[in-house]
Amino acid sequence: MSVLKIEGLRKSFHGHDVLKGIDLEVRSHEVVCLIGASGSGKSTLLRCVNLLEEVDDGAIYLEGKEITDPRVNVDDVRKRLGIVFQAYNLFPHMTVLDNITLAPRQVHKVTRKAAEEQARTLLARFGLEGKADAYPDQLSGGQQQRVAVVRAMATQPTLLLLDEITSALDPELVVEVLGVIRELKATGMTMVMTTHEMSFCREIADTVCFLDNGVLVEKGAPERIFTDPEQPRTREFLRSVLESGRF
Amino acid sequence: MSTAGKPGASWVKSGKQVERERLKRQRGMRSASTATVSTIIFLVLVVWGVTNSPGWPRVEETFFNVDKFVAALPDVLDGFLLNIKIFLIAEPLILIVGLLVALARGLKAPVFFPLRCLAIAYTDIFRGIPTILLIYLVGFGLPALRLQGIPTDEATLGIIALTLSYGAYVAEVFRSGIDSIHPSQVNAARSLGLSYGKTMRFVVLPQAVRRVVPPLLNDFVSLQKDTALVATIGAIEALRQAQIHTAKSFNYTPYLVAALLFVLLTIPMARFTDYLAARSQRRRGA
Repeated sequence: MSVLKIEGLRKSFHGHDVLKGIDLEVRSHEVVCLIGASGSGKSTLLRCVNLLEEVDDGAIYLEGKEITDPRVNVDDVRKRLGIVFQAYNLFPHMTVLDNITLAPRQVHKVTRKAAEEQARTLLARFGLEGKADAYPDQLSGGQQQRVAVVRAMATQPTLLLLDEITSALDPELVVEVLGVIRELKATGMTMVMTTHEMSFCREIADTVCFLDNGVLVEKGAPERIFTDPEQPRTREFLRSVLESGRF
Repeated sequence: MSTAGKPGASWVKSGKQVERERLKRQRGMRSASTATVSTIIFLVLVVWGVTNSPGWPRVEETFFNVDKFVAALPDVLDGFLLNIKIFLIAEPLILIVGLLVALARGLKAPVFFPLRCLAIAYTDIFRGIPTILLIYLVGFGLPALRLQGIPTDEATLGIIALTLSYGAYVAEVFRSGIDSIHPSQVNAARSLGLSYGKTMRFVVLPQAVRRVVPPLLNDFVSLQKDTALVATIGAIEALRQAQIHTAKSFNYTPYLVAALLFVLLTIPMARFTDYLAARSQRRRGA
């Protein structure tokens, strides 16, 4: 069954077309990587799915139900989605534990005890035991981003969106965050992520989508996209990535 | 910071470091003595200048009279208790009014349109009216309505006027604090499924309030002084008591008593503001 279905999605900012009719389907347990140059529309696509942006045309379906319908309660949709941002966006005035348990307690009405227990289990799973009572700015970037992943996972979303989650990290910290994503894939989490880490993308993705200038140029299994891309634009992008040493 | 310099560390300071520390100590000593000498010279000059002005004997007699000071102190102090009472009651009311008005201005749902307009009109009007004028209007206008349940006590009327005036200022302080929280925080909270109200309550307001504590305390220092304005509608507080004493003896020392009391009240507030600022600085540096 498809978890997410996007049809003819269009979005523009100030007359500039960022997404020019995107079609995409994500099946359950599938990991989809969106690649493409900065400004190609990857992040905007994720923000539209999360309803942080209002779409200009087209439709988005979550588990078969249209979420771009204006009558839909956005909070109900977001309850089923998790998102992790490039800049972590942890709440600086709350401890790690409070960051993670806020949504389960306030949105999903889980008791404090149950929420904290679940949070500690997740923290331990992602190598963050002992950090429960720390404040975000006492943690390294990699630790903060792992907390952000745990926070998104704590509400048990049906779909996890990851927006350039390693772009703000030092190279040695990227590894620990990617390890977390690898672990999530093993549990069968459905994920859509934008990334510049091509080798990781190749390793973890079931499907790779190359976006260029608001258009989904090419889509396919990573082996094919990375070794034998059909479209010249994809080939050119991958060559430039290769030359910049990010592969 | 490194812990290598702690006692017990197995490491001997190099000659270079010893020399460096000696130079730093030397420079520290020199700074301290320079500051002491310049402060003494400054004070001597000020005192000399004031006491040698042609009118000094007269000023000393009318403003610094010890007997008059002692005589006025009990009454002025008694009046000052009313200032403290007005301030202590007005302050929490102002915080509530300010916060509610700031929140009302942020409501975007169409149902709340009248509430939002009301909040804007309130801040526009009450920030525009001079506080002393507002105290007159409330102090003489409200009782004149002769409505049942409207207070006639001057202190209560003064509290209402001060709350209306300062509530408008504090609302703007709160609003600027709310606006200063980065939109990514709201995005993160809404993405987790939190409603607008819960995002405000758990994510935006706690951060905003922390940020506006120093300007809020500044407003409260100002409020402490403005409690004296309530004297104009007849409340017998510190300023009025001092005025009464002055009228009896044609000596201004009682005013000095009142001024001293106000300063004594605001200094702890100022130190408290510094303490909070330093604490949040430490927290951020941790």
